[in-house]
Amino acid sequence: MLEYIWAFIIGGAICAVGQVLIDYTKLTPARILTGFVVAGVLLSALGIYQPLIDVAGGGATVPLTGFGHLLAEGIRKDVEEKGLLGIFSGGLTSSAAGITAAMLFGLAAAAIFKPKDK
Amino acid sequence: MEIKPELYKDMTEAVSPKSKSYVNIPMAFLIGGAICLLGECLLNLFEYMGLPKDEAGSWTSITLVFLSALLTGLGWYERIAKHAGAGTLVPITGFANGVSAPAIEAKTEGWILGVGAKIFTIAGPVILYGTAASVVYGICLVVVKFFTE
Amino acid sequence: MAKALGRGVVYFDTPVFIASSAAVAGKKEGAGPMGQCFDRVEQYSRFGQKTWEQAESRMQQETIWLALDKAGLTADSADLILAGDLINQCTSSTYSIRPFGIPFLGLFGACSTMAESLIIGSLFLSAGGGERAVCATSSHFSTAERQFRYPLSYGGQRPPTAQWTCTASGAAVLDTVTASSPKIEGACIGRVTDLGITDANNMGAAMAPAAADTLTRWFHATGTSPDNYDLIVTGDLGLYGGELFTQLMMKQGFDIKPCYRDCGVMMFDGETQDTHAGGSGCGCGGSLLCGHFLPLIRQQRIKRMLFMATGALMSPMLVQQGESIPGVAHIVEIASGEENYHA
Repeated sequence: MLEYIWAFIIGGAICAVGQVLIDYTKLTPARILTGFVVAGVLLSALGIYQPLIDVAGGGATVPLTGFGHLLAEGIRKDVEEKGLLGIFSGGLTSSAAGITAAMLFGLAAAAIFKPKDK
Repeated sequence: MEIKPELYKDMTEAVSPKSKSYVNIPMAFLIGGAICLLGECLLNLFEYMGLPKDEAGSWTSITLVFLSALLTGLGWYERIAKHAGAGTLVPITGFANGVSAPAIEAKTEGWILGVGAKIFTIAGPVILYGTAASVVYGICLVVVKFFTE
Repeated sequence: MAKALGRGVVYFDTPVFIASSAAVAGKKEGAGPMGQCFDRVEQYSRFGQKTWEQAESRMQQETIWLALDKAGLTADSADLILAGDLINQCTSSTYSIRPFGIPFLGLFGACSTMAESLIIGSLFLSAGGGERAVCATSSHFSTAERQFRYPLSYGGQRPPTAQWTCTASGAAVLDTVTASSPKIEGACIGRVTDLGITDANNMGAAMAPAAADTLTRWFHATGTSPDNYDLIVTGDLGLYGGELFTQLMMKQGFDIKPCYRDCGVMMFDGETQDTHAGGSGCGCGGSLLCGHFLPLIRQQRIKRMLFMATGALMSPMLVQQGESIPGVAHIVEIASGEENYHA
């Protein structure tokens, strides 16, 4: 039960940080998203993100910082196994499922739906 | 009398209301937290079904991305996002919305130069700079590895 | 002919009349406080077309048809058509006008287009260039969102200063022969004015200095004051741009508050329609002038007004390059009555 509460609180808190950036800076959404992914890579590299995932589970993997962590994780694994080549292969290998799903379902959505007016 | 840009900047700031953060931040927390909670539930569900942890994580992402693309197509994601702000932007569903929305929109300009070319207009920077940052990290790892072995 | 009173300020000696006008709007605009003033409210904002861009063209075309029809005219009887919109290369106007076969000048003045077209049309007619000219403009929420902001189904939050681009179109037929009200008596062509606003979500603030500059120049050149007018109406300054505009005018020594209205504020009910600072777009001022104010002048309920359409000359590319957003505003003086006030 506790893990669900932590997932909600940590996940919500990461999103709340994003809202603070929206409300108090002039950063556009694309910049904020990019910042979150890069921050995820950095936090993962510093060894801070994995402990967060151990506590919060989905609360840390679902936000885009988790996507950054995934990229860093993949690099870490591949550099360990393949050395220099790992720099090129690691990031997108680990995040392939999410990116491919986004492309595929985006394409499917384009095929099925019409843009709607507001 | 001539109005200087500095004076006008102050006038504009005095007149223009700020975003209602006391509403926005709790909403972002609640809806963002709820999406993450859903992710946690899915993660446990997939693990319960016998998948190893990393595969369960991938299936969780795929499911959330699917739901986001569906809601985007139905025009509901945008309606939730209006209230949720960063709550729907920061989770991976926001990334999927950023891919699906331009894809649906660009259909009128054709499949190649419309959908194909525009699909990453919002999510492209996320992938590019995420990958670039991870490469920098990779270089650090290789250098460390070189000197420690 | 026209008489120059100052740089860009003219009175028309040869009277130019507005023979008819028409306004068409989308569902959201139709549901707003001004919903009754439109000749037609389309419930489906695609206007029966495949794409949003075609929809906007169709809307503008219908508005022009309606305006011509009200004056009992066909396209053949117009000597010139002046039209513009917000979309790149003014395509909404060019495709709208394609079937008419009327000599055409495409205009870009962002949301100031309605006044721009009335000014050029009046100059053309008073110089003897022809008997009739059509002036038209349009904007569509979906085409504007696509071009200037995000895809429609992208989840974003609007700050309180953001404005809602109106799906609306206005068209007016000008002539020198009907000899009836309303009548265009003067005009002031605005200067590109920029006080350094860079926030693309605060267009009202970007445009207000241009509006204040044009109105001040008009008062000085004509020797008039706010007391001379029943109404001073701006196109789409919105709640906060309008407030800045009245403050700027106060600093120039003119209290315009009692007679000041803004079409962007009038168009929607901000509380229930979630439009934040109000409506915007060429069609906002254009449709309310053609659908609301001109009929009131025709009924003699307004004797004399200044219509000032305000445009934020915003290019997403230049904003990305770090440039600020310039504004421009043009005044058209419109009056009822047969006698020439300035003669």
